[in-house]
Amino acid sequence: MGDREWSRSHPSYPVRKTSASWNSESVIGLVLPTPHPPLPRMREYFIQAAYLTASVLFILGLKSLTRPEKAQRGMQQAALGMLVAIAGTLVHHDIVRYDWIIGGLILGSLIGYPLGMFVPMTAMPQRIAISHMFGALAATLVGVAEYWQHSHGNGVGSAEGTAAISQGKMAALGFEVLFGALTVTGSFMAFGKLQEILPGRPITYRGQNVINLALFAATLGIFVYLIFNPGNAVLFYTMIALAFVIGILLVIPIGGADMPVVISLLNSYAGLASAATGFAIGNNVLIIAGALDGASGFVLSIIMSKAMNRSFGNILFGAFGSVVTSTARSVTGLTARSISAEDAAMQLGYAQSVIVVPGYGMAVAQAQHQVRELAELIEKKGGEVKYAIHPVAGRMPGHMNVLLAEANVPYDRLYDMDDINPEFERADVALVIGANDVVNPAARMDPGSPIYGMPILNVDSAKNIIVLKRSMNPGFAGIENELFYNAKTSMLFGDAKASLAALVGEVRNL
Amino acid sequence: MTALSIIELYVFVLAAFVGYQVITRVPPLLHTPLMSATNAISGISLVGSLVAAGSDHGQVSTILGFIAVVAATINVVGGFLITDRMLKMFKKRGGGDGGSGVEQKPPELPRKKD
Repeated sequence: MGDREWSRSHPSYPVRKTSASWNSESVIGLVLPTPHPPLPRMREYFIQAAYLTASVLFILGLKSLTRPEKAQRGMQQAALGMLVAIAGTLVHHDIVRYDWIIGGLILGSLIGYPLGMFVPMTAMPQRIAISHMFGALAATLVGVAEYWQHSHGNGVGSAEGTAAISQGKMAALGFEVLFGALTVTGSFMAFGKLQEILPGRPITYRGQNVINLALFAATLGIFVYLIFNPGNAVLFYTMIALAFVIGILLVIPIGGADMPVVISLLNSYAGLASAATGFAIGNNVLIIAGALDGASGFVLSIIMSKAMNRSFGNILFGAFGSVVTSTARSVTGLTARSISAEDAAMQLGYAQSVIVVPGYGMAVAQAQHQVRELAELIEKKGGEVKYAIHPVAGRMPGHMNVLLAEANVPYDRLYDMDDINPEFERADVALVIGANDVVNPAARMDPGSPIYGMPILNVDSAKNIIVLKRSMNPGFAGIENELFYNAKTSMLFGDAKASLAALVGEVRNL
Repeated sequence: MTALSIIELYVFVLAAFVGYQVITRVPPLLHTPLMSATNAISGISLVGSLVAAGSDHGQVSTILGFIAVVAATINVVGGFLITDRMLKMFKKRGGGDGGSGVEQKPPELPRKKD
């Protein structure tokens, strides 16, 4: 470890004599460090006031998200809170040099700005996944820096320095780097799958779960050992490396359709890593923000798994759709009825009530603008158009809502599953655009189907059903969909965007 | 366990509880903005990163801190901007924005030709 000697012998390296400096200085939390003269104490009050303000603004910001019309203003206030927290931190007495800080802030802003302003809404799932990675990366690195300071910094040798880490602090550091590291690689894998750098289908091999569990147990063992023997730096870094590997292994067997759950779960982990950072460096605003983030990811994961009628364990270890040994009822012998754009347009143009059911296929074809155009034409002709949004339609929570909002569809026409399901029987036409599993009646009727029990949109009770689909290939999960063979169903084959454009043209000419 | 970490535990549990209560009330409509919002908020780890990058505890610490500052800043800047961009798109029918092509009042005559 040559760098340790360098740091100790380096002339500019500040040698701190007080052993208490570690504990008191790292506390940006509740207790104010006493050994400072009045001015630094004022500074400490200022920092705490800034953090408290930020925490309150964060909670108010999240609360504003319960009301769409208040949300934008609320989140702007939360951003202000962030600014206040950063300003407060910059006067922190531990900060003695600003060159790296300013450089980092500028570089981060330069990368963050285009990621915020120019990423299209269709790329939102991968955008969210990659941001989980950045958040977790920051938490992990802060944890490593913190540990490294103990083993190398303060002029204290490795053994004494790290031995000084209390068990509570080591536990916090351990959680921080564990959750952080596995979220970094996990999110990156999720990003890769969503961006289609990696194959979106589940990657499985024999003994996968056994290997994963063994790795997990080993990592946990090291973690527990470290809590009692914090001085073992090699094990600390081994643990991080293992967590990186676990992150990869956790996500590769998960298929695209399960991504909403995975993204929510990673959201939760990233939050927990932040909260653990707060524990490790004794910073309350980190604990609060991390807890909010963790709770949010947790709630979303629960909602998503409920919407798929599956448990976390099943999603993480089940490798959905990898083995299509479907015991589900076969559809051989049934024929699907194909329809021309002209005939479909007739049905849509003269319908009084149309329910649009968008799915991932709409996102892939980027057809949301054509959907809105078609809906406007139908409305002009006197029909009413509503949108039925299944909670797991698409690749992340709320995916369809964002796409349709981008296309200027007013949000009061977007209906949740429970609100819209009773309305299908009154609908003249249900227009299914690139959705498959979320409208598959097998979930209700066929106990042999892998998706049995999953709540679905009751499209099959509509008077007429038009399905826009590329081909008769079964969807991602490889499950046949009886809806397509329903007597009321007509299939309009082709790219969703092209089909919709044709429909728009035909309805206009009616 | 020290008194301090007990208090921290209180803070964590209460914050998580508040978070749970608030977030279960967020409509599915705004779930994606919610994710990007919590992402931006968890960019608060910038606060820890700043201290690591600026505290001069040795070069390794500074460089790790620097990378952490970059990563957290990306989330803060990108996260709040994209949340704002998204929330701007959510509009109600006839909600005061002109020129969106959305008709301002619902069609009155429900005529059916077939």
